[in-house]
Amino acid sequence: MNNLPGGQNPGTLRKRLRVESFFKVLMAASALLVLVGLVLILAIILWKSLPALKLSMIIRNPGSGYYLGREGGILNAILGSLQVVFGATLLALAIALPAVVFLNSYLRRKSWLAELIRFSLDVLWGIPSIVYGAFGFLVMITFHLRASLLAGLITVAMVELPILSRALDETIKLVPPDLKETTYSLGASRWQTATRVVLRQTFPGLVTGVLMAMGRGLGDAAAVLFTAGYTDKITTSLLQPVATLPLAIFFQLNSPFPEVQQRAFASAAILTILILLISLASRSLSRRLSRHKIR
Amino acid sequence: MAIYRLSRKDRGPELATAPFAFFPIALTAVIFLALLIKSWPLLSLKSLSSLIFSTTWLPSRGHFGLWPFVLGTLWVTITAFLLAVPVSILTSLYLSEYAPARVRRVFQPVLDLLAGLPSVIYGMWGVLVVVPLVGKYLAPVFGHQSSGYSILAASLVLALMILPTIISVSVEVLNSVPLALKEAALSLGATRFEVIRYVVMKKSFPGILAACGLGLSRAFGETIAVLMVVGNVPVIPRSLFSPAYPLPALLANNYGEMMSIPGYESALNLAALLLLVIVVGFSLLARWYLVRISRRSG
Repeated sequence: MNNLPGGQNPGTLRKRLRVESFFKVLMAASALLVLVGLVLILAIILWKSLPALKLSMIIRNPGSGYYLGREGGILNAILGSLQVVFGATLLALAIALPAVVFLNSYLRRKSWLAELIRFSLDVLWGIPSIVYGAFGFLVMITFHLRASLLAGLITVAMVELPILSRALDETIKLVPPDLKETTYSLGASRWQTATRVVLRQTFPGLVTGVLMAMGRGLGDAAAVLFTAGYTDKITTSLLQPVATLPLAIFFQLNSPFPEVQQRAFASAAILTILILLISLASRSLSRRLSRHKIR
Repeated sequence: MAIYRLSRKDRGPELATAPFAFFPIALTAVIFLALLIKSWPLLSLKSLSSLIFSTTWLPSRGHFGLWPFVLGTLWVTITAFLLAVPVSILTSLYLSEYAPARVRRVFQPVLDLLAGLPSVIYGMWGVLVVVPLVGKYLAPVFGHQSSGYSILAASLVLALMILPTIISVSVEVLNSVPLALKEAALSLGATRFEVIRYVVMKKSFPGILAACGLGLSRAFGETIAVLMVVGNVPVIPRSLFSPAYPLPALLANNYGEMMSIPGYESALNLAALLLLVIVVGFSLLARWYLVRISRRSG
């Protein structure tokens, strides 16, 4: 090792090994720091939430005087978040799926149009959700809508669209070209190939992509801040305002009453558990669904 | 692909799916245009540079200087980035090159879960832990007075928030370095650290850069977590211990109820446009740089 790139002299073996162990310790230390930091977040949230984490939190709506520390729960926000996220994910999927099929089956891989579409998805990916929130609000006032489930759901769908599309696009790119060519050689059209072979082949990736987008949508507060409104009741129509978990946490945490703040911690624990469930489901589903994949 | 001619059966589905593929392009354009049109009333009155670089923010008197907010955004994001990147690169190198399988098995689910954890929860953790830490312990050590609601608190929260993303992408990149390359260097007598320094890092540099870019763009637009710990005071930040007011926080606090003061609505839309341009600009820069690197390395 006398001629390293850049012409440095690495020095004696003992010195080199000292450098080695120094950096090894440094790396292990930073890994430990990261692990402790991250585990501490979870631990503190769960610890703080214990006093307020009762069954009534998840089966009751906020009662009168809930924000002064009296009885009630956040069923409205749990259900509301699920309504927003399921609606938004369906809407985003309804756009992303045909878009990605078109991108991969009807356009040549390096055509300028395909590049432009992928580039615009990259740009959309980078747009902060607060900007989507602002844009959603502008759309809302243009169409004389009030803050509602519909408006919130459309805004969250915009946040999820690039995540979902890129995830689908990446998994479809991994499908071996032989497989497509085989079906073409059997006389199948591109549409048949796309829907019956390629999409089936990428189904596990599709499921993880959908769950990833759902996770992001579930936790996004900035997108629903101006568009979804807030309510203490359960939302039954697309045009009513809807409560969401991140906003429930945010509002309760800003309360001067310690009981209400504790419920913010409990709500955060509930949201964390929902996210955990999604991430576990994504792991086990992708493992189970991949059994039928042709490799 | 060109050798397969499109069969007639394919015309229908092609035409049916095409509009959906154009949707992302249209959406990007419409967002830009909508924000531009909405900020036009103010832009036609004052020059862009006088709006961006002016430091007075007094909406009730018609002063809409955005400079404190731009600076706040840059301070918070760049500090968070500088805190997060070294730690995440060291950690991902440890995980991919040194760590025993058992350690990796512990790390993976924790990283996955925390990469998906909502920002409001990071913000809450910031209020509970980081703000008191900065206010009571760190600021006095460095000889500053601080309530704790500061750039440093926001950066620490943000850094921790983008760590899982940067680490999991980097680990993936590092794992894709061919084993043969590492073995070749080892067989020449390199220590493992030398392999990392001269082979692994060189090979995976573009990928790690992309991972950092991903973290950076998430940090730029982060709203709720930052809003909760940064203090929200529209002043020019003097040090890490002073409060700030980044663009996303400005939008989140005021956007919904901006109708009464003339020009205010325009100013907030301009702020949104500015944030959009900064974020997209950074990601374009990163993309351009990556393309250049990958071309040079063949």
